[in-house]
Amino acid sequence: MSRIAKRFARLKADKRAGLVTYVTAGDPNLDVSYQILKGLPAAGADLIELGMPFTDPMADGPSIQLAGQRALKAGITVDATFDMVRRFRKETGDNDTPILLMGYYNLVYQRGPERFCKEAAAAGVDGFILVDLPPEEADELKPYAVAAGIDTVLLTAPTTDDERLPAVLKYSSGFVYFVSVLGITGTSSATEEAVRTHVERIKRHTDLPIGVGFGIRTPDQAAAIARHADAAVVGSAIVERVKAGLDEHGKAKADLIPGVFAYIKALADGVRGVRKA
Amino acid sequence: MPSAPNSFRTGPDERGHFGIFGGRYVAETLMPLILDLEKAYNEAKADPSFQNELDYLLEHYAGRPSPLYYAKRLTEKLGGAKIYFKRDELNHTGSHKINNVLGQVLMAKRMGKTRVIAETGAGQHGVATATACALFDIPCVVFMGAVDVDRQAPNVVRMNMLGAEVRAVTAGSGRLKDAMNEALRDWVATCENTFYCIGTVAGPHPYPAMVRDFQCVIGNETRVQMMKAEGRLPDTLVACIGGGSNAMGLFHPFLDDKGVRLVGVEAGGKGVETGEHAASLTGGRPGVLHGNRTYLLQDKEGQITEAHSISAGLDYPGIGPEHSWLKETGRIEYVSATDNEALAAFQMLCKLEGIIPALEPAHALGHVIKLAPTLPKDNLLVMNLCGRGDKDVFAVAERLGMKI
Repeated sequence: MSRIAKRFARLKADKRAGLVTYVTAGDPNLDVSYQILKGLPAAGADLIELGMPFTDPMADGPSIQLAGQRALKAGITVDATFDMVRRFRKETGDNDTPILLMGYYNLVYQRGPERFCKEAAAAGVDGFILVDLPPEEADELKPYAVAAGIDTVLLTAPTTDDERLPAVLKYSSGFVYFVSVLGITGTSSATEEAVRTHVERIKRHTDLPIGVGFGIRTPDQAAAIARHADAAVVGSAIVERVKAGLDEHGKAKADLIPGVFAYIKALADGVRGVRKA
Repeated sequence: MPSAPNSFRTGPDERGHFGIFGGRYVAETLMPLILDLEKAYNEAKADPSFQNELDYLLEHYAGRPSPLYYAKRLTEKLGGAKIYFKRDELNHTGSHKINNVLGQVLMAKRMGKTRVIAETGAGQHGVATATACALFDIPCVVFMGAVDVDRQAPNVVRMNMLGAEVRAVTAGSGRLKDAMNEALRDWVATCENTFYCIGTVAGPHPYPAMVRDFQCVIGNETRVQMMKAEGRLPDTLVACIGGGSNAMGLFHPFLDDKGVRLVGVEAGGKGVETGEHAASLTGGRPGVLHGNRTYLLQDKEGQITEAHSISAGLDYPGIGPEHSWLKETGRIEYVSATDNEALAAFQMLCKLEGIIPALEPAHALGHVIKLAPTLPKDNLLVMNLCGRGDKDVFAVAERLGMKI
């Protein structure tokens, strides 16, 4: 059983939904970014998405675009991202919190899918969320991910209808990521009713847990998602807290890390306040 | 290198691949829309009324066929190949872009879309899209890099006059690549009512094939016109390449005529050896961006690097995937011309033939100036003069230190 599957099994046993937190690797610099990563589980993250910055993040809104630019300027690389994960596993001894790499396929393709999967797994990565690798192209990665024991979390969208869902689910493992709104990250939010309808629809096709993301900013919104889905995913709003902790020269202020953790704790409280059947 | 296929004209396969290139690397939100477009385009292709309407517009609205013109003075000056220009700069809106846009806007109408978006570099595709949207009364938003808004100001004014909204994109480096990112971001949020009119033979399948098909009118006409003028096929075809739509339109109908030499000219910027250029095929390697796998300018990690060219229309770090495949199969030669070579060619054409070319085809001419003298006098060379230079006169004047 993968770390992701184990974590969702545990959440189910605890009768609650999970909180998935996204941070961009290397934002605002490699050291602070690692300190954030290290403290995420204690702040309330049940699963961690670590963004791999890309120069052309076509599916991301301004917040994550800027985070990626900060990280690239700070010198983030794929190797440095793997190192962060390796260090996290070693220094914290946390062998349970799943870490998923999120990003765009070109970085995987340049390293070679087979090598990328092996190196990621060796570093302690559990899953990939590759925004621009739909099922139509997923064959070039999936066999290597399976061989390395890495889950592939594909996106489903409101436009993914019942006819198309099985194709997406065929390549999905770990959980299913439902993009709750039409649009880029960090912009609009879906209504609770729309989320409920779509989650129920997806559940009719799969037993995999369902994480819902895009546009979740407040503990109340996270709680609303937790009522219907197995996990709430928050990204842009966390990344904005990182930005808010920078001074005018882009240097991290003393309250950056505590500010990020306090915000995540509030989100986690929102999610944990919902009791599931 | 893949072995040569029996025909170079049968691609892409059913999954939108040209060899390893092409494909559909897009966010899931867009995937169903792209599948819809593919289906609708296949139906349109099989529907004679669609082609009839497009043919009518191409003839009576865009002014096709464009002339095939024997450039006598240039030929004499260069002293080699007999040079013809395919004069797509004479089309309505001033470039070959209108060929594709009329096709795509008809598709938008056919699919019941009520809004059109486009990206533009030099502004030629933006102007063409704004034009067709005015004609069909469809709201139009054009994304244009902030740097390009400055250097191609006349086209921004034209788009506004035609009723389009121009959104200056400041993200990234404010150029064509960034405009395409922003158009994709808009599309993901508006895909239910919006048609994305891509300006070149790139993007996710079916765009590279669809845009190519709409641009093939250039090569199809050239074939007929050259038979009439000289009684035989041309020997050499030359076209500039940014994304590669004008070149694909000219070359594709000749891909299986083995005796016809095909030469694509990329933007060499300050020189490919300086690293400041836009020559993806010469200086890049395969990668995935903007929905397709193709040659890209990128660093060793796969981060996309900035393209550099005096021509906003060629200033793109990628290229259409079919070109990448045709490079690897060896069917097309790809070379580059620098900013300075394009500027010299621009001036030569003004003075010798009384034609002010756009900076994009000035790159093709920059290569013709080198190539033609090496060819025999009976070599029939056709260069695609794919755009006119009205948009560039101020930028060129400034570069040459002329007083305006």
